[in-house]
Amino acid sequence: MLRRTLLASIGLAVVASFGIAAGAGAYPERPITIIVPWGAGGGTDATGRILASLMEKRLGVPVNVVNRTGGSGVVGHAAIANAKPDGYTIGVITVETGMMHWAGLTDIDYRSYTPLALYNEDPAGVQVRVDSPWNSIEEMLADIRANPPGTFKASGTGQGGIWHLALAGMLDAAGLESDRVTWVPSQGAAPGLQDLVAGGVDIVTSSVPEAKALIDAGKVKSLAVMAEARNPVFPEVPTLKEQGVDWTLGAWRGIAGPEGLPREVIDTLVPVLREIHESKEFRDFMAQRGFGVVWKGPQDFEAFMAERDAALGKVMKKLGLAKG
Amino acid sequence: MEPVFAAIALVLSPSTLLVVSAAGLFGLFVGAMPGLTATLATALLVPVTFFMDPVPALAAIVTTTAMAIFAGDLPGALLRIPGTPASAAYVEDAYRLTRKGQAERALGAGLVFSVIGGLVGSVILASTAPILAEFALRFSSFEYFWLALFGLSCAAFIATGSPLKGLVSLLLGLFIATIGIDITTGYPRFAFGVVELMGGVSFIPAMIGMFAVSEVLRWAIRRKRAMTPVQQHIGRIFRGQMANLRRYRTGLLRGSLLGTLIGVLPGAGADIAAWVTYALARRFSKEPEKFGTGHVEGIVQAGAANNASLGGAWIPALVFGIPGDSITAIVIGVLYMKGMNPGPTVMLDRPELLYAVFFTFFVANLFLLPLGWLAIKFYRRLLEVPRDLLMPFILLLCMVGAFAINNTVFGVGIMLVLGLLAFLMEESGFPIAPAILGIVLGPMIEQNFITSMIKADGDLLAFFERPIAAVLGVVTILVWGYAALRIFRPQPAAGGPKSEIGEGE
Repeated sequence: MLRRTLLASIGLAVVASFGIAAGAGAYPERPITIIVPWGAGGGTDATGRILASLMEKRLGVPVNVVNRTGGSGVVGHAAIANAKPDGYTIGVITVETGMMHWAGLTDIDYRSYTPLALYNEDPAGVQVRVDSPWNSIEEMLADIRANPPGTFKASGTGQGGIWHLALAGMLDAAGLESDRVTWVPSQGAAPGLQDLVAGGVDIVTSSVPEAKALIDAGKVKSLAVMAEARNPVFPEVPTLKEQGVDWTLGAWRGIAGPEGLPREVIDTLVPVLREIHESKEFRDFMAQRGFGVVWKGPQDFEAFMAERDAALGKVMKKLGLAKG
Repeated sequence: MEPVFAAIALVLSPSTLLVVSAAGLFGLFVGAMPGLTATLATALLVPVTFFMDPVPALAAIVTTTAMAIFAGDLPGALLRIPGTPASAAYVEDAYRLTRKGQAERALGAGLVFSVIGGLVGSVILASTAPILAEFALRFSSFEYFWLALFGLSCAAFIATGSPLKGLVSLLLGLFIATIGIDITTGYPRFAFGVVELMGGVSFIPAMIGMFAVSEVLRWAIRRKRAMTPVQQHIGRIFRGQMANLRRYRTGLLRGSLLGTLIGVLPGAGADIAAWVTYALARRFSKEPEKFGTGHVEGIVQAGAANNASLGGAWIPALVFGIPGDSITAIVIGVLYMKGMNPGPTVMLDRPELLYAVFFTFFVANLFLLPLGWLAIKFYRRLLEVPRDLLMPFILLLCMVGAFAINNTVFGVGIMLVLGLLAFLMEESGFPIAPAILGIVLGPMIEQNFITSMIKADGDLLAFFERPIAAVLGVVTILVWGYAALRIFRPQPAAGGPKSEIGEGE
């Protein structure tokens, strides 16, 4: 009995390895790991997990989410880029892909990945305390212009993080020095917003969904979003462009694998991701959390990352945050 | 009111109640094993909580710790070895009662008044945390800087036997906290180009190592024979407890309130609560000469105080993200993992989860009564569990936990290195609690200091400009003054806590 089972399994194994060698559409045949470079419970983690569960249904193999946090995203992004390019380790890459290498933290940039799909972008917003004298971007910028540099403080993420660049870019587009408002680094949008409520800073340039709880609690108001169009969840918040400042910036999230993923893997995963992206489950989830939904396939995603990489590099150099 | 009902429904769901029961048995077991502490029980629970929803995960921790603190009384009364440091204050009284053949009086008092103390702590937690959170919304980096510094100062200077050794331990913790990418300027420190180190020393593996691995090492070096209790039969434990309740009601209330308050103080936990309450109980007692000779009064008050402190410790943990003891230091890690970031906005973001935590405290303390009774009945069986099997199993759980947090072997490495470090420190008489608080609070102090300096354009006086910050600053400086006095003018050693304290056991 035992011998027969053993023989049978050896036989199966031989057949299976032939299958791989022949490459006859065998992918995926074992569990896939999705690396998320940010902590469990955050926005990137939440979107990564919903994608994983929907991929699992469609691919028929387990899809596990692994959080590799720390080092301002470097640890997780490096783990995705350095994974074996066999399609069994992919990950969620975020806007920091176009920032970390400019800051000199790592050599990894968008060229270290095989882009698969861009699925989310959240524009930056401009939040102030509810009792702030400013009711529009014009009023705020006029006040900033009228006072000496460093009078006002802003927060929302770490030094040189995406929301810091949002502020700097906005000031630059309005014809002011990009560091006229002092940046106060924080551990993320939530502590920055809390400091805003406590009176520690004057402005927080996080995304509007991140400020939702405090806006609902009547502690914070949003003056603008840095996007082409208003957010349907917050229709009363105008865009920066409407208020005469030509600047847009958002944080994006996409799925990618290490450089050099086989054609077969790309051809399997991209249609599945596209299908998920259009599914009701995914759309409902994103709408409920207030996350923006976009879609770009591999080529468009790559072009998008190249364009953003150059733009972010320009702002970071201007601010003195880029090395070399 | 709606989130309150949602919270009750979450806690009373069959799966949560099942988790509470299982965690209760686990906590009783760990607490009753001499040497295995409530903090260790919490550290071992962490990997299990990965697979749970937030409410069952937190319920498991709350229940385990409440049970473990009570269960520490069992070996204290029967073997004269406190199961956890929190039972050490009154072990003499409990053991002498047993020697007189009255083990049921000692254990009954321990159980009944643990439950009452726990309930008082729960009431205070549930009633003050939301108010405090509203107040804490006004805290900026200046206030947080002082608050974190105050916590560290208490831990290092007041809550330890030797302020100098406490300080060394604290500095070691602060050093570990500086490893990784600096959050304010994005500069990698002590990373040596290792990508894993850029993320810093993640503190759950560190905590598991320092509390659990060090204990396993200690066991491996000094193995003890199995022990048998002196009194074989335990009578009806609930008899006479009503009389105790009537007789010692003011002391009981004082013990519970004091215990909660000490729990709130960062760095001071259940063990200090028990010592301080025991000392006060003797001072206010009508018959102080009976203390230490098998008198139940101290057990009533200190037994209530150590359980009350558990609820108290959650107050600063939930409201400010500052742990009240080493158990809540681990809890903060679990809260972040579950997307329930501690801080004043926790009330706005997930009120139902917060109410569920409060409600769990009541449920856990009520469960303590029947489960504690069972533990007393079957205590002799518990002692028969061979340590040669138990300790390797604990090490295995540690490995799984340290690996699972980030799915890297690196976490296991951190755990082993820090476990060895903690073992060497404790063997040389250095308390490890200040090091733990250094790891947890170090980044908080540094970041709030730097952001405050940026806001104030480098003006140090700004730390005293906001009224709350000024008060906190003055209090912190007073603590330093007190510590300096103690370091430079050593006083004759007073009775009470020695080296192990400050551990929140």
